[in-house]
Amino acid sequence: MARSKRIKVKTVMIFKNFIKYFILIALALFFLFPVVFMFVSSVKTNEMQVVSDMSSFRGFIPYGALGIKNYINVFREMHFGRFMFNSLFITSITVLAGMVFNSMLAFSLARLHFKGQRFIVSIVVALMIIPIESVVIPMLLMVNTVGWIDSYQVQIFPFIAEPFFIFLFYQFFIGIPYDFDEAAVVDGATPSMIYSRIIVPLSRPVFASVLILQSMFRWNEFLWPLMVTQGPKYRPLTVAMQQFFSQDPRLWGEIFAFASMVTLPLLILFLFFQKWFIQSVASSGIKG
Amino acid sequence: MKVEETSPEVSVEIAEKVPGVNFGSLKSQKRREVITAWLFSAPSLTLLVVFLIVPFVMAFIFSLTDQRLIPNRYVPTAFIGLRNYLRLFSDDAFYRAIFNNFLFAIVVVPTQTAFALLLAVLINQNLKGVRIFRTIYFSPVVITMVVVAVVWSNLFNPGQGFINQFLKFISFGRIKPPGWLTDTHYAFPAIMILSVWQGVGFQMIIFLAGLQDIPAELYEAARVDGANKQQQFWLVTLPQLKNTTIFVFLTTTILAFKLFTQVWVLTKGGPQNSTMTTIVLLYRQGFIQLNVGYSSTIAVVFFFIVLMISILQRVFLKEQRR
Repeated sequence: MARSKRIKVKTVMIFKNFIKYFILIALALFFLFPVVFMFVSSVKTNEMQVVSDMSSFRGFIPYGALGIKNYINVFREMHFGRFMFNSLFITSITVLAGMVFNSMLAFSLARLHFKGQRFIVSIVVALMIIPIESVVIPMLLMVNTVGWIDSYQVQIFPFIAEPFFIFLFYQFFIGIPYDFDEAAVVDGATPSMIYSRIIVPLSRPVFASVLILQSMFRWNEFLWPLMVTQGPKYRPLTVAMQQFFSQDPRLWGEIFAFASMVTLPLLILFLFFQKWFIQSVASSGIKG
Repeated sequence: MKVEETSPEVSVEIAEKVPGVNFGSLKSQKRREVITAWLFSAPSLTLLVVFLIVPFVMAFIFSLTDQRLIPNRYVPTAFIGLRNYLRLFSDDAFYRAIFNNFLFAIVVVPTQTAFALLLAVLINQNLKGVRIFRTIYFSPVVITMVVVAVVWSNLFNPGQGFINQFLKFISFGRIKPPGWLTDTHYAFPAIMILSVWQGVGFQMIIFLAGLQDIPAELYEAARVDGANKQQQFWLVTLPQLKNTTIFVFLTTTILAFKLFTQVWVLTKGGPQNSTMTTIVLLYRQGFIQLNVGYSSTIAVVFFFIVLMISILQRVFLKEQRR
């Protein structure tokens, strides 16, 4: 009796797990199929085959003439290297400057004492509400007047200071115990030494969060570069991808090769630093 | 040794009480702190003023003028009062845009929130290999929206696209699949589908963090009281996730109103304005028609919508904290 009951429980368990895995895998297919489709199509060198395969499951199977011809063509036919450099350059400079300046402001708001400090904190909190979309048009007029259209600085400067990130830093800094500062002050440390030797080393998690979130936002920026870049010289990948996609005739093999190369840098970074990505996304939510 | 142990506050007191202690160094210490504070604040504050506050104020001012992007020397910019606002509220494209944004919010926000919660619950289970699924579900979040739109436009192709062929296949040819992005009734739903696909992983992670914050004792207590798995979900999990849910709900609503990239790549607001959104209209008016004044009016109205959603969020979250 007892034995058959145990077997019964076991079969129920196996059946339950089977259903759970079935759901998990079905959902995985839903999230994976467009990505697999993109990568597989990008290595099919025969454009006719890419088009005829797209209507069936063959679109997901790498077969026939395979190779990196599409990738080579993307580099040959347009300034792909330039676009990639532009995106990398703009993203890295903006993110690095943003981490330094936003954390410095947050440090002086959270750890130092000066007149007007509370007022600035409330201003930063209020500014978090203003969406970038509601200021782009006046900003466009501004940068047009000073002749910044089609340049790197026009894509970098407006995005360095970011109220949301200042707030993330501020919240983290204010939670660090003051004992460290006090000991350091007695030892003769200046405020800037407290920032660089105590606060920054203790705040790695928040720096990582800002690094990842800001990199994702900058890499994906579309509306602003669409307005302020004209030729390929300063154009980032997102705008270049859209323009290549809008050209006639559409060469899907090359479009997918282009798309794959836009996707790979962030995807690889994500696979290597998954834990950090997930932590930074989680940290963007809890406080609200 | 003793001196080192005193905190700065105490040493200030000592300095004030004991004559002969060096006053100057403390004062200069204070002054140095203030100078550092301002030096540290200056770069970010300047950038915030120049690239956020000034253009924000300018948007309000421009919305009352007929400002053009490239000013005409012979026709100076004029103050036209509320004429832009009157024009906006009789603009069919604007109503269509606002309608679409609300439609997007009403359809996508609850769907995506529920979907994200479901995914979070699924990957919060104690199963072998569950981390791989977390990675897979999250991966679309790191794919640029332009790329997502491009790939899905191929999948949505009316004739040969995979989705329509798949629909025909599973229905044995009985479903007559729509033209998706070329059809006024299906273009916007197509954009909704790919938006959920790309964005749901982000909210999933926020829910997952919320789930892992729920104390295990609550579930134990519920189990002792005889609650089954389903009852535990409705009576423990959901109430404990209330704050997270409000946060996810309202941030996704704001994103619904910012809808632009995928629309611009795929349909540019067409066919026949069926996928028009507020930001697409703002971009068209400001950048293509060069109507900075009118476009700024859209920006102002857009700002107030976002402001209202943000206020709602703060009100709900405050109520929760009490």
